Amino acid sequence: MSTRTATVEAPVQQRDVLNVAAALPTAVRVEGVSQVFERGRPPVLEGLDLTVAAGEFVCLVGASGCGKSTLLNLIAGLTKPTSGQISVSAERPALMFQEPALLPWLTASGNVELALRARGVGRADRRAEAARLLRVVNLEEHSGKRVHELSGGMRQRVALARALAQDSKVLLMDEPFAALDAITRDVLHEELTRVWAEQGLSVVFVTHNVREAARLGQRVVLLGSRPGRVVREWQVDVPHPRTIESPGVGALATEITRELHREISRHGR
Amino acid sequence: MAGDDSSGRPGLALVERQDVENRDVEAGLDALDASPDLPAGPGLGKRFVRSVLPPIVFLALLVGVWELAYLAELKPSYVLPSPADVAQKFWETVQDGSAAEAIWTSLSRGAVGFAMSLVIGSLLGLAMWWSRWLRAAIGPIVSGLQSLPSVAWVPAAIIWFSLSNAAIYTVVLLGAVPSIANGLLSGLKQVPPLFDRVGRVLGLSALGRIRYVLLPAALPGYLGGLRQGWAFAWRSLMAAELITYSPNLGQGLGQLLNIGRELSQMSLVITSITLILAVGVAIELLVFAPLERRVLTRRGLTAR
Repeated sequence: MSTRTATVEAPVQQRDVLNVAAALPTAVRVEGVSQVFERGRPPVLEGLDLTVAAGEFVCLVGASGCGKSTLLNLIAGLTKPTSGQISVSAERPALMFQEPALLPWLTASGNVELALRARGVGRADRRAEAARLLRVVNLEEHSGKRVHELSGGMRQRVALARALAQDSKVLLMDEPFAALDAITRDVLHEELTRVWAEQGLSVVFVTHNVREAARLGQRVVLLGSRPGRVVREWQVDVPHPRTIESPGVGALATEITRELHREISRHGR
Repeated sequence: MAGDDSSGRPGLALVERQDVENRDVEAGLDALDASPDLPAGPGLGKRFVRSVLPPIVFLALLVGVWELAYLAELKPSYVLPSPADVAQKFWETVQDGSAAEAIWTSLSRGAVGFAMSLVIGSLLGLAMWWSRWLRAAIGPIVSGLQSLPSVAWVPAAIIWFSLSNAAIYTVVLLGAVPSIANGLLSGLKQVPPLFDRVGRVLGLSALGRIRYVLLPAALPGYLGGLRQGWAFAWRSLMAAELITYSPNLGQGLGQLLNIGRELSQMSLVITSITLILAVGVAIELLVFAPLERRVLTRRGLTAR
């Protein structure tokens, strides 16, 4: 890593996650959060703590039942936790789902414009701004197409442009590439990395794909299942440019997978 | 670690360099994924053979059988007139302007009645969606009304409003409103919950979500309801016109049909029925079918 750390007091090179988090402004802070959906049923999340620094890319991995999506909904403010505190630096975090969830009666541009309208952007500026955002995801030529005319990868890129249109510094992603083929996914990984770096976003990326987590994240957090809580976390110090095949990514993924398997087997006993 | 800045985030120069390559792959994928241009639809000649010719052939056969039955004198000619007699009567009705007058009278009544049903049915459907209690309370009645032949309301309407346009509109409304309300309700119920979550994530207000997400999403179901609502409105109108005959009411198609019955003029009866059918088919083909096709095609819900 380079040494341009003058503005940050704590030495970033030190592989101490807590120090990094303490030194930078916080984007998302989750403290002691528990979530019980039905009285008498085991909690989905229990005493979960998670801090995401501003500009950080954090990947959450875990098996089914770890409450990954529940956690994202909580951070997004769509649901309220049973107990605990959640604070987010952005007023309204942007959220991307596993499905593109585009509105099929609107064009690609129309979907992005709806997010701008919700933000109160004037009619005259919406079109130009949507065009700019579609350019960010390399879809400027397809802005007039309807959703059914776009491929799965293109739809997810429109969804990314729509999330960017929310102009939130915090981007939450719920397995956004899970339904895509491997080639498209690789391309979108690169694209997301670029957008993240260019726009200075804080990203919380939920996935069950450990390799994807190691490929994308600066930090990978393993959640345990039933109840969901943080089991362990890893700082990813694989240099960019990364690909899914990078040796460092593979080595870390192997390690995380081993831990994940240990966590999963605990439930079979 | 070249290219990374202190935070472990890739530097801008690096991501831009990477992007050049990535863009090419992405553009290639987009081009491959884009649905290939479908071969142009069947030509005009083929479309004519496929969809216009069959009904014409069928009608010609029907008239042929009818002519044979007439020639065989199965029934006396005042019961079963010849196709030529009916054609002549039809032509007379068209020429003396009574066909145009009847169509105009009925169609304008139908349009006004349908417009009123549209407003009331839509509000009712929206209210039933909004209030679970209301849905439980009047849902079964509204569905029940859909299967009640609206001609059953004619005597009541006449007693309430005497022989007036108000009586006719009452019957039309009772016929069309339940279909429209139920159509909107089922359209709203079929909206994927994910769409509402999208609206909330984007920060739309409750009203904004209804205006920009929910109502457009419910449009296909709503259109189905409108289509059925029009069919019921038109049927109810004919039933009402057939029974409420009065000199101070305009003469609609139903009244024309009733004149045929009173004069025992089978050719006028068949002429009127043909006109009623033609108007129904025309509205379906010119208004509802294109509207529905447009909405569904835009959403990729139907083949072009």
